[in-house]
Amino acid sequence: MTAPTASAPRRGRTPFAQAVGIVAEREIVTKVRSKSYLISTAILLALILAAVIFSSVGPELFDQDTRVATTAELASTLQGLDGLAVETLQGADAVRQAVLDGTADAGVVPGDGPSGLTVLADREAPSDLLQLLSVAPALELLDPNAPDPMLTYFIGLAFGVVFFSSAITFGQTIAQSVVEEKQSRIVEIMLATVSARAILAGKVLGNSVLAFAQIILIAAVVLLGGAITGSQLLLDGLGMPIVWFVLLFTVGFVMLAALYAAAAALVSRAEDLGTATSPIMMLVMIPYFLVIMFNNNPLALQIMSYVPFSAPVAVPMRVYLQTQQWWEPLLSLAVLVVFTVLVIGFAARVYERSLLKTGAAVKWKDALKA
Amino acid sequence: MLSIRSISRSFHGHQALRDVSFDVHDGLMTGFVGANGAGKTTAMRIILGVLAPDSGSVEVDGRPVTADDRAQFGYMPEERGLYPKMQVLEQLVYLGRLHGMSRIDASRRADALLEQLGLAERRSDTLESLSLGNQQRAQIAAALVHEPTALVLDEPFSGLDPMAVETTLEVLRDVARAGAPVLFSSHQLDVVERLCDSLVILAHGEVRAAGTREQIRAAHARPEWVLQTGDAGFVRGIPGVEVLEFDGGHVRFTAATDADADRVLREAIERGAVRSFSPVARPLTEIFQEVVR
Repeated sequence: MTAPTASAPRRGRTPFAQAVGIVAEREIVTKVRSKSYLISTAILLALILAAVIFSSVGPELFDQDTRVATTAELASTLQGLDGLAVETLQGADAVRQAVLDGTADAGVVPGDGPSGLTVLADREAPSDLLQLLSVAPALELLDPNAPDPMLTYFIGLAFGVVFFSSAITFGQTIAQSVVEEKQSRIVEIMLATVSARAILAGKVLGNSVLAFAQIILIAAVVLLGGAITGSQLLLDGLGMPIVWFVLLFTVGFVMLAALYAAAAALVSRAEDLGTATSPIMMLVMIPYFLVIMFNNNPLALQIMSYVPFSAPVAVPMRVYLQTQQWWEPLLSLAVLVVFTVLVIGFAARVYERSLLKTGAAVKWKDALKA
Repeated sequence: MLSIRSISRSFHGHQALRDVSFDVHDGLMTGFVGANGAGKTTAMRIILGVLAPDSGSVEVDGRPVTADDRAQFGYMPEERGLYPKMQVLEQLVYLGRLHGMSRIDASRRADALLEQLGLAERRSDTLESLSLGNQQRAQIAAALVHEPTALVLDEPFSGLDPMAVETTLEVLRDVARAGAPVLFSSHQLDVVERLCDSLVILAHGEVRAAGTREQIRAAHARPEWVLQTGDAGFVRGIPGVEVLEFDGGHVRFTAATDADADRVLREAIERGAVRSFSPVARPLTEIFQEVVR
């Protein structure tokens, strides 16, 4: 039989921090136990590792020696050159035939010009072979470490993709969890014992921890891939940008999570979530597109590094390109932190006031007014 | 004791509650009755602090209720909800911990409740995999897991089969017996009449009647008696008595006082054999309909 109720020890209201912890724990445990989440995370990490390894090993796979057919008298001259697989044939006609057949990429036969050589090829000049056989002028590189524009583009793309995919994944998770509680009305039972702010804080904390863990895992996999392949770019050039990315993403995600929770509190049914969260989705997608468009435009990146929504992507890019003063990332971080605090205040008001309103979706301005 | 004092609340110009006051006594099961839209759910949400009143207050043992008090109330909302995809036991432990219990205490208590409610074998199943009746039992367990000092249940019996009503009732009586005030709403008057020690009748946001069944009957319906004898025609002649129904040897009448009724009985005995004479307990349904009109 039930223990006598009146004699049970009287407990007070659960302290705020403890309630936040309990809510956050549930968010994390629920997510981590979900098979689909574990599988998709494993696939994501495997893909990233594969991409990192491929990006450094890949080019070598296709970097085969050029097969060159030649006559006996020229063979000794060519044999000494790197990157050529020399095949010695009987006479210039045999060489010509081999190039036509495709058994050789190019052929070298005695010629009339000043070099005394004629290079044979199908339809395109074999530039590597011509280079090897040419006399080159002296070359001096003034900035050998300047970022490769193509590489810069891909690094920008990578930060952008990781930012928006993680933000959307966990933003949707928090939104679904809010609307699940609202739809099932369990939120009424919770509100009878803990404050709306404790529930919101717990949800934001739990999902931020999850998002942070995922970003750390991604960063670890990227750096691990770098270590495996001995990539100088990843280990030297991207170390600091990745650190800044993780830092700014974590703060930025707290802000986005609070917004997602507030947006989800406005609706009563999971079906309405898409409409409610689409403005936030836009906010997350914008920095991704901007960084792809402007990854070579220092002014645009500078502006984006002070806009809270794009800072997590723009700041690491600028750190990588070394186009900023040492204190600028710190200022960006400060701007982001202040803005995040303001957003949390705003989100808490909306969340608190919309949680019990059921039926049609509540409008943002009504949620603040009522 | 829970006291509701002069609570008013309106939504968008519609007055949901108007100056509502009533008490829920310790150790008693108080039924909260009213048609749909009468304001029961609003009143319960205000008691729990989930909703704020426009005016008025809620008191516990004569002092204003605090957040600490409320954290110890047990609440079952009208539209049932727990996490559909979470295991039954886990949700109960989660809610127990939110109410300040340790994980161990919460598990122990949740296990005992599930046992008592006949849900022990389903403890590791997700809520959505249970039948509706069993989901309802899990919901009741959720309201009780933290050993509440007061219980507020919105329509706890709706959707339960008769067996489940009995088990649930037994659990609720335990809570009341232990000294906690128990308030539950229902629109099934027969259930309320059978289960409640005390009643509050709400209509259009106002309390129309409150008290024990007897008090409500006394206040809202004149007492009635039925007499069966040879020829009951004489009853019409007795002062202070009004005949409501007459059929030869059977008469139903109402009297201003018990003394008037006694006079009817004495007269009947003098005139011959009295087959039966008894006060009539009018079903609450009838009184309810008169009261809320």
